[in-house]
Amino acid sequence: MSIDLSQFHQVFFEESFEGLDSMEGGLLDLNPDDFDVETINTIFRAAHSIKGGAGTFGFQVVADFTHVVETLLDEIRAGSRALEAPHVDVLLRSVDCLRDIMQALQDGDEPDMSTADTLKAEFVAILSGASECTPESAVSPDSNLDESDGASDETPSGHWEIYFKPDADVLRTGNEPVRMFRELESLGRLTTEVVVCDVPAFSSLEPETCYFAWNLTLEGGSREEVDEVFEWVIDESELSIRWVHGGLTESAKNTTQSPPATTTDNNQQPVESGSTSVDDSAPTKEMLSEPEADLPEPEQELESKPVEAVVSSAASVAGDKKTESPKKPQKSSSPESTSIRVGIDKIDSLINMVGELVITQSMLGQLGSDFDMGKLVRLQEGLAQLEQNTRELQESVMRIRMLPISFTFSRFPRLVRDLSKAMDKKIDLVLLGENTELDKTVMEKIGDPMVHLIRNSLDHGIEKPADRLAAGKPETGTITLNAFHQGGNIVIQIIDDGKGLDRDRILMKAIENGLVSKDDNLTDEQIYELIFHAGFSTAETISDISGRGVGMDVVRRNIQELNGSVEVQSMPGEGSTFTIRLPLTLAILDGQLVRVGEEVFILPLVSIVESLQVDLGMINNVGGNNEVLRLRNEYVPIVKLHELLDVEPENYELEKGLLVVVEGDNSKVGLFVDDLLAQQQVVIKSLEQNYQKVDGISGATILGDGKVALIVDISGVLRIASKVKGKPVSADHQAA
Amino acid sequence: MSEQALSNQSGVSSKEEMENALGSHDVATDQFLTFIMANEEYGVDILSVQEIRGWEAATTIPNSPDFVKGVMNLRGTIVPIIDLRLRFGLEHVEYGPMTVVIVLKVNTPTGDKIIGIVVDAVSDVYSLTNEEMRLPPDMGDQVNTAFIKGLADVQGKMVILLNIDELLDLQEIPDAEVLRNIVRD
Repeated sequence: MSIDLSQFHQVFFEESFEGLDSMEGGLLDLNPDDFDVETINTIFRAAHSIKGGAGTFGFQVVADFTHVVETLLDEIRAGSRALEAPHVDVLLRSVDCLRDIMQALQDGDEPDMSTADTLKAEFVAILSGASECTPESAVSPDSNLDESDGASDETPSGHWEIYFKPDADVLRTGNEPVRMFRELESLGRLTTEVVVCDVPAFSSLEPETCYFAWNLTLEGGSREEVDEVFEWVIDESELSIRWVHGGLTESAKNTTQSPPATTTDNNQQPVESGSTSVDDSAPTKEMLSEPEADLPEPEQELESKPVEAVVSSAASVAGDKKTESPKKPQKSSSPESTSIRVGIDKIDSLINMVGELVITQSMLGQLGSDFDMGKLVRLQEGLAQLEQNTRELQESVMRIRMLPISFTFSRFPRLVRDLSKAMDKKIDLVLLGENTELDKTVMEKIGDPMVHLIRNSLDHGIEKPADRLAAGKPETGTITLNAFHQGGNIVIQIIDDGKGLDRDRILMKAIENGLVSKDDNLTDEQIYELIFHAGFSTAETISDISGRGVGMDVVRRNIQELNGSVEVQSMPGEGSTFTIRLPLTLAILDGQLVRVGEEVFILPLVSIVESLQVDLGMINNVGGNNEVLRLRNEYVPIVKLHELLDVEPENYELEKGLLVVVEGDNSKVGLFVDDLLAQQQVVIKSLEQNYQKVDGISGATILGDGKVALIVDISGVLRIASKVKGKPVSADHQAA
Repeated sequence: MSEQALSNQSGVSSKEEMENALGSHDVATDQFLTFIMANEEYGVDILSVQEIRGWEAATTIPNSPDFVKGVMNLRGTIVPIIDLRLRFGLEHVEYGPMTVVIVLKVNTPTGDKIIGIVVDAVSDVYSLTNEEMRLPPDMGDQVNTAFIKGLADVQGKMVILLNIDELLDLQEIPDAEVLRNIVRD
């Protein structure tokens, strides 16, 4: 009996948080008009196991609160109450509230019950305001005393009579009859009568043995529900359950006496009141209304009894739940579980190790290729082995760090739902590319900027339903979140089909703020770009959602901190697209080594479209010195890597080198290099760690010979190229 | 590569000396590794010195200032190499067998960074008390002396003690002439 339950608390919290997540997910899927019973069942099951766990581990506040939640869910599940939109709302808020409470408990703090109490009152209102009066609907702060007076008269014309004699070991096996009765009570009004004839003489009393049997009368519930309650003890107890028609109210009244005691202690009351019955039906209800105020009465009575010691010790298990629940959680503030979060430092060093391994492998590979002795075969076998190991280690390490972006996306349906409700807008959220994998650190940091952007789209982008209809658009707006990999980058797009950015207003505001002058001849892209300036908002009214003008510049700054970029495209009346590009800051990259003069650079293999030797006939000069390659049906601008990167090349003539056509930011460009070397996997090392960001270079790596080679940042190169040439390489993207 | 790195034995023994010094008479001393550049002796706080290695070619970084010689691989870490002569605007000399790279840990607003500086030759290790250090002379408003921690007189020779945290800030290039003036002063 003295098992320290606190060791399981962490598991309970984790499970409960998961349960809450699944409740939330389920609730968001619920459409009041047309819902799947299975969804309700899922939500109910989650709530039920949280309640069960909370009760077992002594978090009575959680158990009590969940019980009300569960009651409503149960009625909906059973079909006795129609699901209405407000229900979903209250339930969602309960999920939040429970999460807060459990977070507080986990941290060892006193949970703030004010929200819970408010919500409880709401539940009570919902439950009692029902037309169908299921027994639970009597749950209200003052119903506990009234119930024996026939408050719930419209009970079914029959009741269950249950004889339950648990095995003497029932307490040792962790099955607590009181909890089972409470469970039964949630099915209907319960009257209990204790049979104490087996209680031995005081001297031979075993505190951990159960000597009681119970006669229970239950009004309500189905056979399956009743069976479910006893499911765990059915094999270890004498149990008979039978349905009795009519005549219920009387017997219930007869057996009911004395004000209902409040705690689980009261299953011990029979000791005191001999073989008379006692009403055990109220505790849960009273606890629901007044979770904190309890206990005094039974204890007083116990005091005067000779069996006091026995009672209190036997009751201690149950009593703990109430009396110690506020203190217990503090004991439980065990170190945070390491099962989900992994220390970034450890992972970083692991990745470094993998890096070394990859380097060693390529070093050995070079050695091996020059090695022509008899041992060559064995050496190569070893190398193959090494390579395989390397790869496996590498993959498993990468898997730790890369998580599907759905971890971030999953919080947005709720956000969109709540905000659209608050703003009276109808919005569908579409999630695409949820399985796109993203570095964990990047993921953690991209959440907040995305929240900003989504709020922005909701507030500024999507119009009110009436405006949308007037504009000939469907009433319901759509926000699409899209994630995909592109050229070694992760691209996240937030697309809305709202009214688009108001070019003139932005420009006006910018002139007002002195950001630009009236005479500046700005392109649309340049104007849209202005929204990323600090203190810039065109929202007519400042709402608590957005419009304060602190959003977009923070968004941009956060994203730039991740070495990413954010840009906006917009079509008046058709919507806007925010595109976030994030580099793979920490990864192993498939690279193509290219030589420019003496230097070796690495191009990300993913961005290479093709490599070709130039035939001068394919080259055209556009507007002077801008060479363009005619590649089948396209014209691809040529960028000389040696000019861009300030390197002495071997050849200046295009026909003597090679052109590598790369794609980045939706545009193609031909990079002129001297030679193509090997393809290999390279470990991206940061240049910024000890130096600073270099334009056109995304990082460095160490080659097989120990030399450092720089990794070319394709979109950076495109940017520089467009600046150098004084005109965009690709008109539609570079300007933004 | 490691066999190329010069061992920093003088530093080790001096460290012991310093500990002895600290133990015997409670005078706070700092130890400085000094190196030669254009016949002047410069000193850096020895605690910031990670290692000393022979010069080897670095990978150049495109579009970087000419004093940044490039980056090299220091056991898996990418370390930028800065030519201190070029940094100070002194005339460039061909790297020879005595040319060394001192790998330093510097404190920057963005965290500790590892940087290599190319100098003509490593000289000595001195223990200096605060009293032995003089503040650099006031050179007027136009002259930024933030990168000079102080001047010290060691056996009749002047040693310029560098504040490497300031010195290697890539944004702020000290004026070579100013330094020369200070040096000659």
